[in-house]
Amino acid sequence: MSELRRALVVLAPGPLTTVQDLGRRRHSHLGVGRSGAADRGALRLANRLLANPEDAACLEVTLGGLKVRATGDLLVTLTGAPCPATVTYPDGRTGGIGHASVERLPDGATLRLGVPPRGLRTYLAVRGGIDVPEVLGSRATDLLSGLGPERPAPGSVLPVGPAPAEFPAADLAPVPEPESGVLILDVLPGPRHDWFAPGALTALCAEPYEVTAQSDRVGMRLRGPRLERARDGELPSEGMVPGALQVPPSGQPTLFLADHPVTGGYPVIAVVRDHHIDRAAQARPGQRIRFRVAGDHRPIRPRRP
Amino acid sequence: MNARLHRCGEHAVLVELDRLEEVVALYDALAADPPRGIVDIVPAARTLLVRFEPPARHNEVESAVLAVRPAGGRLATSEEVVIPVEYDGDDLADVARLTGLTEREVVAAHTGTAWTVAFCGFAPGFGYLIGGDPRLAVPRRPESRVRVPTGSVGLAGEFSGVYPRESPGGWQLIGRTETVVWDIAADPPALLRPGVRVRFAEAM
Repeated sequence: MSELRRALVVLAPGPLTTVQDLGRRRHSHLGVGRSGAADRGALRLANRLLANPEDAACLEVTLGGLKVRATGDLLVTLTGAPCPATVTYPDGRTGGIGHASVERLPDGATLRLGVPPRGLRTYLAVRGGIDVPEVLGSRATDLLSGLGPERPAPGSVLPVGPAPAEFPAADLAPVPEPESGVLILDVLPGPRHDWFAPGALTALCAEPYEVTAQSDRVGMRLRGPRLERARDGELPSEGMVPGALQVPPSGQPTLFLADHPVTGGYPVIAVVRDHHIDRAAQARPGQRIRFRVAGDHRPIRPRRP
Repeated sequence: MNARLHRCGEHAVLVELDRLEEVVALYDALAADPPRGIVDIVPAARTLLVRFEPPARHNEVESAVLAVRPAGGRLATSEEVVIPVEYDGDDLADVARLTGLTEREVVAAHTGTAWTVAFCGFAPGFGYLIGGDPRLAVPRRPESRVRVPTGSVGLAGEFSGVYPRESPGGWQLIGRTETVVWDIAADPPALLRPGVRVRFAEAM
């Protein structure tokens, strides 16, 4: 019998599903952004649970709605925003599967994801990783530049790579639920806080901002206290990072996420600290965010006598 | 070199310089021999964004950047590409009016000197070319176009550039080329990389 290539067959992609890994490095001097999972920690966790390499490609599912069928027996896990997940087995039985747990998806079974009650992005990983061709060293889909795999559509067949030598060490990982109330995000001031009026940093942290509907993998437009500029004139475009709070003339900041432009022409008042960028990527439109200036953490050195 | 350092989040430093030539020289020196921990360098018009990864820290990356002594002012690369252009762009007449030149003089100025890629940005493979005839400095169009075709050759400020693929854009379009400047199957995928010298030639 010929060996059937294991795969996930997409029956419905939901509002937005993309293939993601940890993105492209070392190409930004060519105008190529990093892209990759918006919630990198969730993608890493999914891969660790399946003993995949940490940067194996997964599906990033926005607000649920994904339906896939297994070709061949697969091991899968779901991380990020917890959502209802139902498996229909080939014999017609159905059952739910847990969050951040290692689950079997036998040949012919379908998995359907509902809308997560909290959080925005769920990661579906499969042991062996999604094995579509790499583009510039990554399988990430960059929605700003159009690089990387096509967005999965009904009928897309996503091949699964060979299982790694290691075996999963745990059946599930305890993970905190995404927050549904006001999100607290730590920021470091700069690089262009001197372009703003003296009270702007205080204003940024004083009142919560609301995540607007103009939010995607490129960035989240926020609505809240207006950040006044102290300097007029144009900033020549300069390099941007994930987590940057870029402030256009409207005074309303945009928080850049994974597919942010490589360079931007508006000043960045502050940058969200790394450990809170994943949290930001789970914020839903309508949710509120409060920023908090947190100092650079320095190594604690024992005082010399 | 008067470099001002601005921390940009936990794992990046924005290095600000007075002139684009200094950016180019520092980029060349850093790219040729990157200090430990640096994973990405993004040159732009007046800045270099230096991204690093742990265990490298701000302090050591900043010291390493300040210790670099850029060689000369100009780029060291010897690579030169020739890009044939049909000078029939929709904004050629506007550029002639803005510069006080005739359309033929615009073409002669654009092909008359070698350009150099200073940096890439805006889109994958979009190189910002400098060093052209200073008479060609024109503002961007007052309104961006929704669709600029692949291969369009444009001018904006001190820069010239070639659109790697169809995209929105606000540059003044003077012509178009068949030369492929971005091909993900090629290695490297970008024809117009920082440091490459470019000569435009009128397509016959």
